[in-house]
Amino acid sequence: MGIQLNVNGVVHDVDVESDAPLLWVIRDELHLTGTKFGCGIAACGACTVHVNGKAVRSCSVPVGSVANAEIRTIEGLGAGGLNSVQEAWIEHQVPQCGYCQSGMIMAVSAFLASNPAPTEEQFAAAITNICRCGTLSRIRAVVRDLAVRKSAKGVRS
Amino acid sequence: MNRRKFLLGGATAAGALIVGYAVWPSGRLGKADLLAAKSGERFLANWIKLANDGTITVVVPHCDMGTGIYTSLSQMAADELDADWTKVRAETAPADPLFANSGMAEGFGLEELNVPGDRIPTFLKGPTIGSMRIIAEHMDLQTTGGSSAVRFTGVYGMRVAGAAVREMLVKAAAARMDTPKDAFRTEMSRVIHVPSGKSFGYGELAAEAANYSPSSHPKLKEKSAYKFVGQPVRRLDIPAKVNGATQYGIDTQLSDMLYGAIRISPAFGGKLVSADETRIAQNRGVKKVVKLDDAVIVVADRFWRARKAMDTLDPVFDDGGKGDVSSKTISELHLDGLKNEKIKRDMKTGSGAETLKDGPVIERMYNVPYLAHAPMEPVNATVLYKNDGTLEVWAGTQDGLGSRAFCAKAAGLKMEKVTFHLMPSGGGYGRRLPDLWNFLTYAVQTAKAVPGLPVKLIFNREQDMQHDFYRPNVTSRFRAGVDKDGLPTVWVNDYTTNDDPNPEAHILYGVPNQAYGTVKIPAHVPTGPWRSVEASWHGFFVESFVDELAHEAKRDPLEFRLALLKEKPRYSATLSLAAEKGGWGTPLPAGRGRGIAMVECFGTIVVHVAEVEVKEDGTVKVRRVTTAADCGMAVNPDGFRAQMEGGIIFGLSAALHGEITIDHGAVVQQNFPDYDVVRLAECPEIDVHIHESDAPLGGAGEPGIPPVAPAVTNAIFAVTGMRIRELPVKKHALGKMAQAS
Repeated sequence: MGIQLNVNGVVHDVDVESDAPLLWVIRDELHLTGTKFGCGIAACGACTVHVNGKAVRSCSVPVGSVANAEIRTIEGLGAGGLNSVQEAWIEHQVPQCGYCQSGMIMAVSAFLASNPAPTEEQFAAAITNICRCGTLSRIRAVVRDLAVRKSAKGVRS
Repeated sequence: MNRRKFLLGGATAAGALIVGYAVWPSGRLGKADLLAAKSGERFLANWIKLANDGTITVVVPHCDMGTGIYTSLSQMAADELDADWTKVRAETAPADPLFANSGMAEGFGLEELNVPGDRIPTFLKGPTIGSMRIIAEHMDLQTTGGSSAVRFTGVYGMRVAGAAVREMLVKAAAARMDTPKDAFRTEMSRVIHVPSGKSFGYGELAAEAANYSPSSHPKLKEKSAYKFVGQPVRRLDIPAKVNGATQYGIDTQLSDMLYGAIRISPAFGGKLVSADETRIAQNRGVKKVVKLDDAVIVVADRFWRARKAMDTLDPVFDDGGKGDVSSKTISELHLDGLKNEKIKRDMKTGSGAETLKDGPVIERMYNVPYLAHAPMEPVNATVLYKNDGTLEVWAGTQDGLGSRAFCAKAAGLKMEKVTFHLMPSGGGYGRRLPDLWNFLTYAVQTAKAVPGLPVKLIFNREQDMQHDFYRPNVTSRFRAGVDKDGLPTVWVNDYTTNDDPNPEAHILYGVPNQAYGTVKIPAHVPTGPWRSVEASWHGFFVESFVDELAHEAKRDPLEFRLALLKEKPRYSATLSLAAEKGGWGTPLPAGRGRGIAMVECFGTIVVHVAEVEVKEDGTVKVRRVTTAADCGMAVNPDGFRAQMEGGIIFGLSAALHGEITIDHGAVVQQNFPDYDVVRLAECPEIDVHIHESDAPLGGAGEPGIPPVAPAVTNAIFAVTGMRIRELPVKKHALGKMAQAS
């Protein structure tokens, strides 16, 4: 019995148990490997994807619960190119090993979509992903930068 | 020779005064072409390929684990080549003896010998060219560690190779025009005939340049002529790391691939007692249960099925006779060891410990706990044991060639029968270094049980955390006598170890009588190098004790250190720069304080000034870290800053939260909730300043870490009057202490 999954605008029919974690279905059935395995218990955020626009930690989401939802992974984030978060990520030369960065970018993108000019406290409380290399200060610089641009635009309009 | 000692200190390389620039005899270039050149490309020297379309590929004998070395090494080669940067690419060298890293052998060899390269007499250079290449091959050396890529591979390898290739291109152009080569210059990947202005692109000269042999002593550029080195060049690897394109070892995909989930005996040294396969007989996709002496692997068609079946299988292990070992018993062993005075002295200056008898002694004891590396990509390897008796392996490790030799041995095969694909690593920090390759051993054993089918063995986070090779638990005791100004005249430091004495214990400060000693404490907990290695603990110990001596002397911690560094201008300048930028001595709101610490690690001096707030409930918030670092010259200043920032956050995670504890002979912590790290809410403002000097190039990936913990604990002392002598900070109830003081 198949489960229908809408990932990055493409509907896939996957033959998996409904309790299979979304992360592993994305990686091993759909072969989209940009979404990473870090902890398996929703503690690190490396597996963050968007489900109906919200950031979720896919390692702890049973695939059966997101059938028919709109799922977006890092591969589908920029609609063929890069979104503004990814561009800022390059501008600030954020990644080191890069492994946690898909999850970070997905988490930050979803957060900024819901709160384009956050306070420092809101941002720090919302993004709890782990980066072991220590790119956090540059991620913060990205968000500050994008938040400033957003509020500058707001002033102009 | 022990590889780890060779690479990470303690032994003298080959014991001889030898140096030979890392240039291949030309016969090797053809072999390299066969191994690693695509159509239209050719090797012109080690590490450098030139294609007909002008693309320059720097072939890097290191793994990419995030420190930006592919870019830095390319900058170094590109500068000597006068390359057009847009034509420069970097790729991983094949895990083949041909690409063994002679530059690294040379660097570590010279470092151990303490002989600057420019002081080696010329006559020794000629006949011994290639000596280090032979050493590197013999040791299967392609390691990434010791913050060595830029300072050794770059200095002894990439620069020389780049310059050699440039000379070959000039020769080719001169031959074409039948004109002396002095009439040519190079710029932006073109050889230009100065009198006529006629020029040739590197690509069009590539085939003819290959007719010449690379010189072993090409003319290198002066620092002032660098165009790329010293510039914040954008990293080559970053675009593929923002869109999910980079393929790490864990992303390896092969047709008909199986997956393995592993459970290793929780107690180190424990053995498998039972694993009842009937429990998972009905589980979908399960192909095989591989029972080893100390571990079980469930092989299935999908990872989650393997993992779920493992939970149901729930194998039983014994405790290997270590059931009564706990953090408490280990701590007692260390303290008793130091108390019993069975100290093996390894170094002394002046009258050493004898001087302690002359007056009052200030004595302090410190401890650091075991730490896990916890890279974000849990250790894993994909292995295909083919029916023809060959083995193919895909994994991220810190040594491709060494891994290949290791897998061959694990499989009982000759190295020629093994192919190793070195993949980018999702973090390393030492976890993927040689001697820490339990994941390769288990993956090879699993693959042998399912011949003909590739199997990807993934340690889940719990296994990764519980079966690491940990930063050792170390206890260190200091005894000092001081003069009338409170400055130490005798410094005696004894510490526990399960290894040889550490040169990193030796202080930079001017103290006339010093003595160092170790007590060997046997441990069943496996240990290994952890980002910044020995400096990670001695940095905390030394910089804490110096701070305590300053306090005893009622002197300012900065001024006290400067008084002990009178003969060392590079150190005092770096210290002063950090103090100035960090606002040392300027007022702070109540509840806040500053701490300072300086550690030299892998050739780089790093000073952090930490500004810390301790709230009434005892919560510690590190608000700001201001850094001054002297690595001679930063090849990529932005990349160097990134490594300092990363090192600060990595070091802060360890200082505040990091602790692996032992109970019943096993690691207690399982995953990130109980081995927590700094996240955004705890991330301080970071401000890094580079202090340039004429010193040889220093490392970047590791040196930022050691001074973090003491800067923070010294700041906590400044706020609360409480001295933290045991890490991590979270163990201490600061709120109450602060009130009591």
